[in-house]
Amino acid sequence: MPERSERHTMAVLVDNEPGVLARVIGLFSGRGYNIESLTVAEVETAENRSRITIVTSGTPMVIEQIKNQLGRLVPVHQVHDLTAEGSYIERDLALIKVVNAGEKRVEALRIADIFRARAVDSTTKSFVFEMTGSREKIDAFIGLMRELGQIEVVRSGVVAIARGVATI
Amino acid sequence: MSAGAMTGAGVVLKALVDQGVEVIFGYPGGAVLPLYDALYQQNALRHVLVRQEGGAVHAAEGYARSTGKTGVVLVTSGPGATNAVTGLTDALMDSIPLVCLTGQVPTHLIGNDAFQEADTVGITRPCTKHNYLVKDPNDLARVMHEAFYVARTGRPGPVVVDLPKDILQGPALYLGPDRVQHRSYKPKMKAERAELERAIELMAAAKRPIVYAGGGVINSGPAAAQLLAQLVRLTGFPCTNTLMGLGAFPGTDRQFLGMLGMHGTYEANLAMHECDVMLAIGARFDDRVTGKLAEFSPDAKKIQIDIDPSSINKNVRVDLGIVGDVAHVLEDLIKLWKAKQRRPDQKALDAWWKRIEDWRKRDCLKYAQGKDIIKPQYAIERLYELTKGREPYITTEVGQHQMWAAQFFKFERPHHWMTSGGLGTMGYGLPAAMGVQVAHPDALVIDVAGEASILMNIQEMSTVQQYRLPVKIFIINNQYMGMVRQWQELLHGGRYAESYMDSLPDFVKLAEAFGAVGLRAEKPAEVDALIKEMIATKRAVIADVRVDPAENCFPMIPAGRAHHEMILGPEDKAGKPATEEGMVLV
Repeated sequence: MPERSERHTMAVLVDNEPGVLARVIGLFSGRGYNIESLTVAEVETAENRSRITIVTSGTPMVIEQIKNQLGRLVPVHQVHDLTAEGSYIERDLALIKVVNAGEKRVEALRIADIFRARAVDSTTKSFVFEMTGSREKIDAFIGLMRELGQIEVVRSGVVAIARGVATI
Repeated sequence: MSAGAMTGAGVVLKALVDQGVEVIFGYPGGAVLPLYDALYQQNALRHVLVRQEGGAVHAAEGYARSTGKTGVVLVTSGPGATNAVTGLTDALMDSIPLVCLTGQVPTHLIGNDAFQEADTVGITRPCTKHNYLVKDPNDLARVMHEAFYVARTGRPGPVVVDLPKDILQGPALYLGPDRVQHRSYKPKMKAERAELERAIELMAAAKRPIVYAGGGVINSGPAAAQLLAQLVRLTGFPCTNTLMGLGAFPGTDRQFLGMLGMHGTYEANLAMHECDVMLAIGARFDDRVTGKLAEFSPDAKKIQIDIDPSSINKNVRVDLGIVGDVAHVLEDLIKLWKAKQRRPDQKALDAWWKRIEDWRKRDCLKYAQGKDIIKPQYAIERLYELTKGREPYITTEVGQHQMWAAQFFKFERPHHWMTSGGLGTMGYGLPAAMGVQVAHPDALVIDVAGEASILMNIQEMSTVQQYRLPVKIFIINNQYMGMVRQWQELLHGGRYAESYMDSLPDFVKLAEAFGAVGLRAEKPAEVDALIKEMIATKRAVIADVRVDPAENCFPMIPAGRAHHEMILGPEDKAGKPATEEGMVLV
């Protein structure tokens, strides 16, 4: 019986050096793994470390492979499967532009207020909302905005951190 | 430049010397001229000039595999680097430690599509264990030492260091190897105590055990093979080796079942299928080994020892994965086995051996040698019999001859068998044999070749001539790409599309053109004399052995089939047609 595909979020601590992101992405494309979302930024300037958050999916055997294959890359310091290691917090940042007029503008603002999205730019015909939250919350907000006008969306991808006192 | 300061090229060479390098295989070009200029002015390093960069990488592989040292390659930018790609991929698949230095256009031209520019780190990223582009001369010494450290430790592999010309030409600071430490790369060597205890419980409870050992044993170093033999004798378990692992366990030992896998022995494959405890050591459950995964060794509790965590649970789910170096883990395992005074279940083991002996009696490698046509198996078996006292180093190309060599040669010790296992690179054997001969000038080095494969790197005969390397090229000439022909016969209705080797050269004359000796045998009765003359010849030899063009390599597990569905010979194949699923597999 084929094993079920699971969604996992991984945190990967790497040396911030040229080509490291290409190694990670090349690993995923070369071995046919999924990338649902990938974010990367330097997190420790003194140590010259970057942290990559990858959301991927696969059977338990594939997930184990992904973790081990990432760990095998020479500039990789640590790989944590946050999904397997316990509870964690995931956040996505989105900027959503809505172009509309009249009553729909008022409705857009009202919904933004409910979702705690902030208007960060405004013209008489448009808003840009900024919001952070779980993917599901942002998906829901975007769905509502879509009904209220022409929209444009940009999202950062997921960043994630484990709950509790443990640090990576 | 001030007095006493070094150039980048000087730093590179000093790093090589300090890493214990004696030989470099290479080919010059514009971007590496500063390195060649520095090489010209020193005597510590020997350079072997190949005829195509691909040959340099395979030669370095042969050198590395026959010595246990790291092979070193030096090629220029652009086409020099791209020609090296096949060899790098080969070394990655077979876990061979290499450091490949590639020239690069000067840093200010990188990205400008300059003459002989290629994105070498981009191209080689997926076919190396790691690679570096040195853009700052202060990084040069560290990167050089790191490259060797990464190449030879953990699961070994090829490392590329891309060297822009201005870095080689300009001043650079040297640091010794002891000053270099790696921050993130630290392979785990030893197993946890609890894992060892669990392994021993499983082994002691086994009724039908098998040890399945691969190239990881050889890569772990000379102690690992000795420890493997010790463990196998201590437990009385049967042992099989992968293609890469041949020589890890003595080939003539009664406890050795031969090679396993697609063209492995009947006894090895059936023992794998029927076993109840499998101890996999430095072996990666390759598809050529497992056959159909869903039916692979259905009853076995599987223990796997490997230094690379990603080798564990990749293709086959194991019950106990132990991450560590083979020699370290086996040493601890043997100690614990003895300390706990474990004994195998002797009664069950005797019954198991009886079954294995019955399988052995099938004599799965038998063939019928008539009077007129040389059977390829006969030629290779005679080659083994007439050379075994000299502990020859055997390299191969890829195809039927490779499998027959693996079946009929019995290697007593590691490092004597060099073949392209993972990538299956035709053209590997001749340059690899050169590398072996450079490392062992007085040894008997034989490339068991096919007439198709040998033509893929035939230009290296010129290298053989230049360095007076007395390599013996033993061509099993069946006038076909034999393995392709075999699959076309068994799976594609005998439609031999493009597998006939038309317009072959006269190999005897070809040998003479390269200053070597050409020999030919066309009748079975001529084979022994040819082999003896070949061995007695002090120069390089190309032996053209004309064999039966229609012979197939058996036994065989057809693609998509399981171990117990082996075809033993031509009379056996009718009942087991290929499955649709099997047809799409390679």
